[in-house]
Amino acid sequence: MVNPSQTVEFVARTSYGRLVAYLAVRSRDLTAAEDALGDAFRAALETWPRDGVPHKPEAWLLAVARRRLIDEARRARVRADAAPALWQLAEQAQADSERDAFPDDRLKLLFICAHPAIAAGARTPLMLQTVLGLDAVRIAGAFLVAPAAMGQRLVRAKAKIRDAGIAFAVPDQRELPARLGSVMEAIYAAYGTGWEDMAGTDPRRRGLAAEAIWLSRVLVGLMPEVPEARGLLALMLHCEARRGARRTPGGAYVPLLEQDVTLWSQPMLAEAEQELARAATHRSIGRYQLEAAIQSVHAQRAVTGRTDWQAVALLYEHLVALTPALGAQVSRAAALAQVSGPAAGLAALEAVAPELTVTYQPYWAVRAHLLARLDRRAEAQDAYIRAIGLSEDAHVRQFLVKKLASVAGSEAAPPRYIPR
Amino acid sequence: MQYMIMTYEEPAAFEARTDTHKSQAYWGAWAAYAQTLQESGVMVGGSGLQPPHAGTTLRLQNGQRQIQDGPYADTKEQLGGYFVIEVPDLDSALDWAARCPAAAGGAVEVRPVLVMG
Repeated sequence: MVNPSQTVEFVARTSYGRLVAYLAVRSRDLTAAEDALGDAFRAALETWPRDGVPHKPEAWLLAVARRRLIDEARRARVRADAAPALWQLAEQAQADSERDAFPDDRLKLLFICAHPAIAAGARTPLMLQTVLGLDAVRIAGAFLVAPAAMGQRLVRAKAKIRDAGIAFAVPDQRELPARLGSVMEAIYAAYGTGWEDMAGTDPRRRGLAAEAIWLSRVLVGLMPEVPEARGLLALMLHCEARRGARRTPGGAYVPLLEQDVTLWSQPMLAEAEQELARAATHRSIGRYQLEAAIQSVHAQRAVTGRTDWQAVALLYEHLVALTPALGAQVSRAAALAQVSGPAAGLAALEAVAPELTVTYQPYWAVRAHLLARLDRRAEAQDAYIRAIGLSEDAHVRQFLVKKLASVAGSEAAPPRYIPR
Repeated sequence: MQYMIMTYEEPAAFEARTDTHKSQAYWGAWAAYAQTLQESGVMVGGSGLQPPHAGTTLRLQNGQRQIQDGPYADTKEQLGGYFVIEVPDLDSALDWAARCPAAAGGAVEVRPVLVMG
């Protein structure tokens, strides 16, 4: 016999987004939809253990949420504009919940969450909350923001959707590419781990990796003909496949090139390759496919025992030409150093606008590494110090402190941190 | 806005300060952090503090000085130092707090500096 509260959890996990999307698209009020569904899940936790799990759990939840929305509509009678929509929804929800399947409106919800009228910092959190049902505290932790501030940000975004009358619809062909771009950006932001492994992993959003992959699968399922959606999924699977190899059992940081390839997840790599191959059949290259292809070259090391740096550098050339993001420029310089030597890599690094690099840890880590290889020790020390100061991950910091000690040699005075 | 970053460290971290094997890693991390704050142009000021056992706590009770050996708060993590930084908002301040060596293992409190007048 399945535990009822486990069933509630399972339905919440698999259906929350669909149920919220269904209710939100029809009520045009995300907050009301979430509140109604929240009540329905609470009711399920109370009654299912006592009365048993209903035959169609989702229909049951939808029916309860509908009743709650009717109550809401009665209470809102003074607000003449909102009431008719809620009544209409309640009636339709009744009809749909009696049928076997109700429409999947998650795509509309994803597009709403990534709408340009919503503050950029709220888009990813909004997706995580509405499509996956994560709570504000969890999201705040992952984004390194105070929970109250994150709660406020989400409330404001939902009020904006309602008050500004943002359409709950998939945008038309003209707007679709740009909007799809922000949907994918928001998913990738949830994944968050820098894919430039040589610089270390950003621990802030590591906890959301599984959720981001889940969202990405939802997107591929909803838009199977979009190659970049598959490219994004392939990219995240490649990064995720290496999770077990990124740390020693003691927790120390292991850079990509020193990772034990037998620790990479073969099923994830295989799935990544499959997604990338399916994306490639559309013959329409994009940022995520390129990034996934770069990771695919690195993954080949598990088979061939070596890294084809020519291929990596070439792919970075394309990537930088397509989107000159800071991460891509720094990684291109690192790849160039492998092909043409540290001086060439350093020259590429120094071509990056300095105002962009002030607090960008990977830049300083790569710079330090290349200077050390060129035996420019004093400069390497300075760059290592900056990279250490910008590291969030204690293990990455330790890794870099060791590197610093190795270039500093014995003549270096022990540092003191008291600022003046 | 100005924020104070208060760094609370575990006993093990205070011990690492003088441990032959760990002190280089300990001071290296802090020196790098302080230097990076400085070079990024956000540092207003700050200091490291001697370990908690060097602290003395004073209260006035009925006009009498009650002096107690040790720090005020009897917690596992103890204040080990502070920085004041100038950044645009809380999110930026939290970004800097996350890079602080005390954030892993210990705790870092970020508080806006009170503006008077």
